[in-house]
Amino acid sequence: MPDTHITPQMLDVVGLELRSATSFPITDSDIRRWAIAVYYPEPAPRLFWDAEYAAGTVHGGIVAPEDFNPFAWLTQTEADVGVSARAQGGFGPEESLGLPAPATTAIINGGTEVEYGARMRPGDVISSSTTLGAYKEREGRLGLMLFTITVDTWTNQRGETVKTSSGTLIRY
Amino acid sequence: MAVDRNTVTVGTELPAFVRTTGFHNWNRYAAVNDEFVPIHMDDEAGRAQGFPGAFGMGNLMWSYLHNLVRDWMGDDGRIVAMGSSFRSPNLRDMTIEARGTVTAVRDENGERLVDLELAVVDHDDPDKVLVPATATVALP
Repeated sequence: MPDTHITPQMLDVVGLELRSATSFPITDSDIRRWAIAVYYPEPAPRLFWDAEYAAGTVHGGIVAPEDFNPFAWLTQTEADVGVSARAQGGFGPEESLGLPAPATTAIINGGTEVEYGARMRPGDVISSSTTLGAYKEREGRLGLMLFTITVDTWTNQRGETVKTSSGTLIRY
Repeated sequence: MAVDRNTVTVGTELPAFVRTTGFHNWNRYAAVNDEFVPIHMDDEAGRAQGFPGAFGMGNLMWSYLHNLVRDWMGDDGRIVAMGSSFRSPNLRDMTIEARGTVTAVRDENGERLVDLELAVVDHDDPDKVLVPATATVALP
């Protein structure tokens, strides 16, 4: 059993960007279909598909559900480099920064904490930047557990923060 | 009908968001999130992972938690923050229930902020928590 999974090289890359992406412009159809899917089989709220109704709310028009993902079905970034993100998938945070992966055998999604800012609207282009936030370690029932926190920040074309998510990856 | 913020106190329960889930829900979600993963599409792939069959997307339960809160607040409410972790899969034909209870109410910068304890549970075995979660919302 190692004393630590966290090498000096790993500490050096804390704060660096792991990946980034820019979405295609969000359309009202993207929003309507998302809302219908996540409310199925009940109808989705009018805020997500009825422009006239939405104009009368505090939002002044259609907005996307907070949980909407503008990066599904190809991003501008993928289109520009001609590579699907899925083709590069499966890499841990260290490998995407050119470091060897820690010597752990199991991996668990430890949960996500999200703070929301500006709502996403039709026409918005969202940029995502994911950084390596921190490493933590704790002795657990299954051995030495490595907690890796990644922070994903979404920004719209006006520079407003749409959301900030912190994800925890647990490895042991 | 949105909740009247003046009636919200610690212990107030949100009306549950309930769905009986299976391929009808999951295929629609796969179609919008481009999430075509065998464990969500094929009972055989689910069994290969040690489950009774196919199971739903964790992200769809995340959406259900948002729906729960949104349906309660109305369109003018704001989700300030939400956090969750996935504990147990949403098996096919399971009826799942997203629930919430108010744990704190406070006024900050002119907004009425409400903290919520949330969970997605198995409707037939409500002690079984699939997704524990928390949220903070601003009521209009």
